[in-house]
Amino acid sequence: MTEPGFIRLNVRAMLGRSYPRIVGGTRELSWIFFETVLPLLSIAAYVFIYKAFLPEDPSQITQTMLDRVNALIGYVVIGGTMTAFWLNVLWSMASQLYWEKEVGNLQLYMMAPMSRMALLGGMAVGGMVMTSTRAITTLVVGVWIFGIVLAFGNPLLILAVFFVTLIALYGMGMMFASLYLLYGREAWNLSALMEEPIFLLSGFYFPVKALGQAVAIGASIIPATLGLDALRQLMFSASGFGTQFYFFSPELELGVLCVLAVLFLALAKLSLGYLETLAKKEGRLTTRHQ
Amino acid sequence: MTYAAETRDLTRIFKRKAKRHLFKRKAAKNNEKENGGPVTALDRVSLTIKEGELFGLLGPNGAGKTTLIKVLCTLLLPTSGSAYVAGFDVSKDVNKIRKKISMVSGGETSGYGLLTTRENIWMFSQFYGIQSKVAKERIDDLMHTFSLTDKKNVKVRTLSTGERQKMNMIRGFVTDPEILFLDEPTLGLDVNASRTIREYVMDWVRKREHKTVLLTTHYMAEADMMCDRVAIIDQGRILSLDTPANLKKMIRKESTVQLEVDSLKSTAALGTIKGITNFSSKDDIVRGSTNLTIIVEDESAISDIMSAITSQGSRIRSMRKTDPTLEDVFISMVGKGLEE
Repeated sequence: MTEPGFIRLNVRAMLGRSYPRIVGGTRELSWIFFETVLPLLSIAAYVFIYKAFLPEDPSQITQTMLDRVNALIGYVVIGGTMTAFWLNVLWSMASQLYWEKEVGNLQLYMMAPMSRMALLGGMAVGGMVMTSTRAITTLVVGVWIFGIVLAFGNPLLILAVFFVTLIALYGMGMMFASLYLLYGREAWNLSALMEEPIFLLSGFYFPVKALGQAVAIGASIIPATLGLDALRQLMFSASGFGTQFYFFSPELELGVLCVLAVLFLALAKLSLGYLETLAKKEGRLTTRHQ
Repeated sequence: MTYAAETRDLTRIFKRKAKRHLFKRKAAKNNEKENGGPVTALDRVSLTIKEGELFGLLGPNGAGKTTLIKVLCTLLLPTSGSAYVAGFDVSKDVNKIRKKISMVSGGETSGYGLLTTRENIWMFSQFYGIQSKVAKERIDDLMHTFSLTDKKNVKVRTLSTGERQKMNMIRGFVTDPEILFLDEPTLGLDVNASRTIREYVMDWVRKREHKTVLLTTHYMAEADMMCDRVAIIDQGRILSLDTPANLKKMIRKESTVQLEVDSLKSTAALGTIKGITNFSSKDDIVRGSTNLTIIVEDESAISDIMSAITSQGSRIRSMRKTDPTLEDVFISMVGKGLEE
């Protein structure tokens, strides 16, 4: 039998590695509760806080107040939906190779002829598909429950921003996956450390510009920051706060996200290559409990 | 001549570097003090494995068997010396080697519990770029051979140890490798599962052309039954390499005496008896006895052995002279049994 070419080999490898996440991930229906209902609870908490901004006396509520509160609620639902991706990147991408080592899969992956990027790519594609199902469910239920009106004036740009954000975000996860392997069990602490602070810095539950220009620029290294800001601009136009809390233009943010996507993918390739050499030299990274 | 695998003065030293810490600093020298010094897992190992051979590597735990397999599987770099698989250098031609090899280890827990047996094997086949239809046909055939067909749509996490190891074996064969590395493949399996695996491996090598197996084991009967040639390895060094029959011939002029005696406090006295080549002892806690395997070059030593035992107040329960086994060869060379 003829050997498969480079592209065919790696496409098959990528699909193979994405399979457990896409198919296996839906076999336990508990995800509906844990990954759709629970995120809605934290979204609901913010929604009630924002609703409490309105005066108790309905006659004192102005249209501007309503627009602003509705805009904030919309921001929270979009942000709350995107948390699924950040959690997936942290716990199912960054920590994944460490976990694969523990169960004995990593050495089988490392000795297979596929490209290491196909392995990481498969993990990322599987994670994106699996998490998109959960995120879309959360979004639809959130929009329905909280009565949010979304604008889809530029659907192509919305899709472009969404997908490039995901690529950059998972590219970052691919890079972390290699680095986490170096630090073993402590990587789990790092994931915990990066969970809540990034929710704050990237403005998952409020517009990031509220933190100030300097912090927002710094936080832009996390692709979710610019992705969320661009999606909010495109899906809520200028209602509520006008452009007061918008960061850069969606087009510029998309451009920066493209750069981040390429940068993180390149760093992921470099770091996994470095790590593989280190593993073979030190002999402890493909072995469990070391 | 191109060998399936070849090593030349292959040495692998584990330096036990300071562990990387994210959140605390620790002096490297303290860490080294705690962990001990470097460990030489392979010490100038030179061997050749011919194409079509079922080659065994026999040695106790920690002898260096797994390290040698990992070097040949391109998972570890040699510290010095060289290693070649199918004529390719393990340090330079990794991708050429990886297309030709596969590895299965005993007690492996690879795969994903949520996937079925068939899905798990299919997933691994995709990492070798095998066409999905071809992979599925091979999986079904192999599942039939390994009597696992009724488990093909069962989630992996529900499989027994034996079934799981059969699945691992199918994973190893599904890519149709030229060289298969089996690292203690029957470890912890029951008699039937072990027999199925042994028989299939022997058939696979004998009935197909250009297929080679490197098998590591510490079950001497397994090596004796399956292997064309066996290398005995201990503390990273190859002590002897030949066919099982020739290895046993090496100690044919010696005799093997097996004794079961009341638990011995010390076996030190045996070491001083003239005529003993080497011996091993193993305590049987349940029976409250010590089992001795003694290789003697002069049978007149047997009376001294009995005196040494009875002088400790111990009673001899049974004694028999046996034909030499590979384990006796090992005891004769190393002075301990394979499972000690």
